[in-house]
Amino acid sequence: MSAGRRRRPWVLATLTWLYVAWSLVPVLIAVQFSFNDGRSRTAWQGASFRWYWGDPFSSVYHDPSLRLALTNSLTLGLFTLLIATPLGTAMALGLTRWRGRASRASNSLMLLPLATPEIVMGSALFIVFTQLYTVIGLGRDAQLIGHVTFSISYVVVIVRARLLSIGSDYETAARDLGASRMQAVRTVLLPLLAPSVFASAMIVFAASMDDFVVSSFLYTEASTVTVPIKLYSGVRTSPTPALNALATLLLLGSVLSVVLAWLVLRRLRRGQAAPLQELGVTEV
Amino acid sequence: MSRLPRDPRLWPALSLPGTAWLLLFFAVPFYAVAAVAFGQSDALFGLAVPVWNPLQWQFDDLADVLQRSVTGDLRPVFVRTFVYVGAALALCVAIGYPVAYYVARMAGRRRGLLLALILAPWWINYLTRMLAWINLLQPDGYVNRALQGTRLVSQPVDWLSGNPYTVIVALAYGYMPFFIVPLFATLDRIDGRLLEASRDLGIGAAGTFWHVTLPLSRQGLMTASAITLLPMFGDYYTNTLVSGSPSTTMVGNQIEFYLLQSQQKDVGAVLVLILSVLLMALMAYYLVQTQRASREAT
Repeated sequence: MSAGRRRRPWVLATLTWLYVAWSLVPVLIAVQFSFNDGRSRTAWQGASFRWYWGDPFSSVYHDPSLRLALTNSLTLGLFTLLIATPLGTAMALGLTRWRGRASRASNSLMLLPLATPEIVMGSALFIVFTQLYTVIGLGRDAQLIGHVTFSISYVVVIVRARLLSIGSDYETAARDLGASRMQAVRTVLLPLLAPSVFASAMIVFAASMDDFVVSSFLYTEASTVTVPIKLYSGVRTSPTPALNALATLLLLGSVLSVVLAWLVLRRLRRGQAAPLQELGVTEV
Repeated sequence: MSRLPRDPRLWPALSLPGTAWLLLFFAVPFYAVAAVAFGQSDALFGLAVPVWNPLQWQFDDLADVLQRSVTGDLRPVFVRTFVYVGAALALCVAIGYPVAYYVARMAGRRRGLLLALILAPWWINYLTRMLAWINLLQPDGYVNRALQGTRLVSQPVDWLSGNPYTVIVALAYGYMPFFIVPLFATLDRIDGRLLEASRDLGIGAAGTFWHVTLPLSRQGLMTASAITLLPMFGDYYTNTLVSGSPSTTMVGNQIEFYLLQSQQKDVGAVLVLILSVLLMALMAYYLVQTQRASREAT
């Protein structure tokens, strides 16, 4: 590092490329093995879609538990998005404009989940659903509630960043032209916010599909399995390339939603730097 | 914003549903942890019975677990957690800092590409990344075959049952992306003219790094460490996946064990509280340092 910028950056360059290879090549190999024609996850035996749908018993499509994990993850992600996005957007609007002590308290409450380690949140939710909210109990509903709880803050942070950059001029103009406050929000602010709301929805979907800890603390029986839970339990018990296929599908899902979010946010601020911060800060 | 008159109803009303949700499903759950941790045990089966009235809380469990953590059977677990997390963080600094520095300040034409590549692991599922390594580290996996090919070892190395080095490297591997990106953001913001001025004044490249770049990236290092330490201290799945042996158990594994696999939920709840207090102290230190730094900057 101490070598000057002009003289020998190749040491740093080599280290950086080695790091990139170290971080990504294993995943590429795992993806490759999802297309393995044989049973092995360590020896390449030719390419096929056997573990996606070819194999009549243990492919992702035909093995009921793998298929269930996939549908559960997708459903959970979709419902989390549908609940967390409106809650978070409304909260972002409210917290940006509302002043006072209660607003600050609510703001702190919103920020806390971002700084709470998953295991602490998972344990707390597990305890509350087994000891207090026993009407709901563990299982799918609890998993959905848990996912919404850690997702709201992502939406608030992303949407609020956009709100602050819009400022209040458009809204004031609408009010001067006779719109009520609610009309100003609906007809002026929300359309301006739409791209960031969409981006946050995509990020919530990706985060929900990615979550392992909260889902697994609230897991009850085989019917509440999700893809990450299946990956976790499958690694040591039934290692076939079908697991790699499942992981590849999960990868595809989260990459698609994040790329979509990124494209929308980039269009929003064409000509400026990519909004890394907004994509980045969310997974703290 | 100041031109808008205050509205007593609309803005609080919009914040209300989200706030209520977080109160119900974020704040109350923490209270429930305390109610179980400071609650009673069923005399017959030893099941944890929560006590909701704080005036009736008992602290026997807390005293018991603290005593076990300081002198008893939980002591090695805490020591191990600190050693593993410390070693993994050291690896993050040793590898992550140079990488972030290179991508932020020296990558030139390849900067965009490299940035995308160091961001990519953020969106690859953590368990997928672990699964990938577990495949490679199998007795007949690529790593052992490569090692045997170079005749460094004669027998395949057993990486995946109770090897502490595997756990440390796996932790570093898992959390490195979350370390590099905030550090990149800080290094990227450093004004290049400062570095040029320093070099023009003749303290050389090494001196410039030591006296200018490093102090200016201190805040980034702190943020990156905070972001990595928080989840690493509570991690249990990495450990289970790449080791699964009691000889490498960390605090997270104990929490998972007591809450999900035993009847002593109260012990699990106390451990969650201890871990939370530890991490809150860490965050408080971080916030105080950050505020001091921003005060100095102005």
